[in-house]
Amino acid sequence: MDLRLPSKVLEHILSFVDSNEDRNSVSLVCKSWFETERRTRKRVFVRNCYAVTPEAVARRFPETRSLTLKGKPHFADYNLVPDGWGGYAWPWIEAMAAKCPSLDELRLKRMVVTDECLEKIAASFKDFKVLVLTSCEGFSTDGLAAIAVACSNLRELELRECIVEDLGGDWLSYFPETLTSLVSLDFSCLDSEVKLSDLERLVSRSPNLKSLKLNRAVSLDALGSLLRLAPQLVELGTGSFSDKLDQEAVSKLSQAFSEMKELKSLSGLWDVLPEYIPLLYSVCPGLTSLNLSYATVQMPDLVELLTRCSNLQKLWVMDLIEDKGLEVVASSCKELRELRVFPSGAEGLNDTNVAMTEQGLVSVSEGCPNLESVLYFCVQFTNAAMVTIARNRPNLTCFRLCVMEPFSPDHKTQQPLDEGFKAIVERCKDLQRLSVSGLLTNKAFEYIGTHGKKLRMLSIAFAGDSDLMLHHLLSGCESLNKLEIRDCPFGDTALLENAAKLETMRSLWMSSCCVSFGACKLLSQKMPKLNVEVIDEHPLETRPDSSPVERIYIYRTLAGPRLDMPEFVWTTQKNPEIGVSHLAIK
Amino acid sequence: MISELEMGKAESELELGLGLSLGGGTAAKIGKPGGGGAWGERGRLLTAKDFPSVGSKRAADSASHAGASPPRSSQVVGWPPIGSHRMNSLAAKSAREEEEAGKKKVKDDEPKDVNKKVQVGFIKVNMDGVAIGRKVDLNAHSSYENLAQTLEDMFFRGNPGTIGLTGQFTKPLRLLDGSSEFVLTYEDKEGDWMLVGDVPWRMFITSVKRLRVMKTSEANGLAARHQESNERQRK
Repeated sequence: MDLRLPSKVLEHILSFVDSNEDRNSVSLVCKSWFETERRTRKRVFVRNCYAVTPEAVARRFPETRSLTLKGKPHFADYNLVPDGWGGYAWPWIEAMAAKCPSLDELRLKRMVVTDECLEKIAASFKDFKVLVLTSCEGFSTDGLAAIAVACSNLRELELRECIVEDLGGDWLSYFPETLTSLVSLDFSCLDSEVKLSDLERLVSRSPNLKSLKLNRAVSLDALGSLLRLAPQLVELGTGSFSDKLDQEAVSKLSQAFSEMKELKSLSGLWDVLPEYIPLLYSVCPGLTSLNLSYATVQMPDLVELLTRCSNLQKLWVMDLIEDKGLEVVASSCKELRELRVFPSGAEGLNDTNVAMTEQGLVSVSEGCPNLESVLYFCVQFTNAAMVTIARNRPNLTCFRLCVMEPFSPDHKTQQPLDEGFKAIVERCKDLQRLSVSGLLTNKAFEYIGTHGKKLRMLSIAFAGDSDLMLHHLLSGCESLNKLEIRDCPFGDTALLENAAKLETMRSLWMSSCCVSFGACKLLSQKMPKLNVEVIDEHPLETRPDSSPVERIYIYRTLAGPRLDMPEFVWTTQKNPEIGVSHLAIK
Repeated sequence: MISELEMGKAESELELGLGLSLGGGTAAKIGKPGGGGAWGERGRLLTAKDFPSVGSKRAADSASHAGASPPRSSQVVGWPPIGSHRMNSLAAKSAREEEEAGKKKVKDDEPKDVNKKVQVGFIKVNMDGVAIGRKVDLNAHSSYENLAQTLEDMFFRGNPGTIGLTGQFTKPLRLLDGSSEFVLTYEDKEGDWMLVGDVPWRMFITSVKRLRVMKTSEANGLAARHQESNERQRK
């Protein structure tokens, strides 16, 4: 009796299965399910572009509409990954152009995207709709022009914190008059001024425009006319908020803001002058997301704004908000889910004039029952504060604390911050992401290994005493997916003893630690399914096995060693001359 | 694509120029009298030996950090972990504030630019007969010969990981001496196309907007223009 489900029926059923996790399970059932699933998958996520080859992906999922790719490791954001390391988008775009003509969405993060890539996208995908580039680099505004001119059904063009070679603002003028489909435009990371009249015309012929994030060069005056053309915006990123306007212009702007009934998210606000804060009052009650992290206003003005934001769920702000301001947040923003507090000092150092301590975060943890995600830069912290926060908010899923001076102890007791982090991992059973800082001993990592069972991503800097730390983490944290470490005395033993663990993780980054060259070679030999990359500016052939390497980046892969490694990336496959490890295996 | 210039040299002087092209770090070291200027002091990647207390920690007592002075936050590359966009914004804000306060900031010995990713050195290079343009970091070069070598490597030999270029050029390009089939030209800030090599290097890098490796046959008109503009300047 043939019990096989006809593929058409299976296809229909699968059209209701959105989650890729479920689809991955479906594909494991049997060959015919694998086939049906792969032909119908519409969205593909490759979270490490070197884990698999572009050709393999394109071949397996020919009907895919959307591709999401991530390239460089996270620490590239902090300039720890040298230029030229990799993460090139080109091979992916080439492969998709050849095999997946239906592709209409590309989301890239931390990748090198060139103008040629953008031109290729524009030329290859007939109905291209969505391009979102986050922390990418390598392209110029010429490439944007190519996209603008060719993608006649473009819906989303978002450049989030990209490094773009800015050759001027002309690119915007390349959007044809026939383009009316725009839903989202984000060019906030560009420097040059775009032609206002072109921008106005673009906005007025885009009835579906919901999200507009301007760059700093767009003046306050221009903002007024743009808002009048697009009162339906749900997300707005303003330009510079500091030009001097006359009374009439101010009241017109105020009027424009009050017409924006749909606005939920506000950002930009660069250099906002205190006298313009009241312009925003009318939209505050509707806001769910507010990014004030570039707004250099002092606490009293911030407070005026925040008392009116009763529906706020996401708040990004600078430490100018001080403890007092965070108390106001705690009492006014009861729906708050995510809080990020960034340093305001020019070098990221504590500005001794800023009165923000651990108390601010404690207040928010007390007042905001839905708080689940925290990023907090501050000068000092205490164990007691972390214990209180953990007790108040066991529902935390992301806790990233950055005490800015390395090795800072609890400022009241001078003890390491071990007990504080212990409370966090013990109480917050659903914690998925953790960044630790301050003075920490092995104990902290023992606690994290013991309790951090749901932890997927862990970031560590300037911490610990010895190898045991790494051992606790690798052997204890069952769900660990990404581990990134810098400037810690972790070494060979823990790495080699827990080598098998590395195959269950996406990646491990260690820089300025004590991993020896020999250990890297040994690991590479033992674990063929991992790429063990040594990133070091000094040549390795003449190095003794015991010498420490500058950085290692280890990730699981089906693709084998990559072919685009620069000279400063060493692997045993690429550099066979560096030979076999002579380390004795314990 | 950045050319992997001077990589792998085992000079102990080499600093890792993070945030800027690696070649740029070395070029800045070579032939630069003081430590200041556009490059200044870039953060050095701290290795285990900067943490004497850490390196020898395995046997020692973990609680004391007495022997070592931990690095100050401002001297450490990539710390505190703030993205470069934010860093640039903060640095720019502080520069503006200093300007307003009328203070002259002494940039030379402060490694505050460590996290700034500077893009100004990159310019586009196109070559006749090659569809795909490239980018080169001018700041990574110290002379015309340097630059010509890079361009030769770029178009003649192609680098791994980059878009494959045609391998049709079998002989060196020799861009500067006028003896080969190609010459190197550039577009300056006024939009004029000139032959590369006539003005001092420093002047060149401040006025160049983009480069083009042009067929000698097409460049004849340029030489005349160049002379003309020289004459104009002299008047």
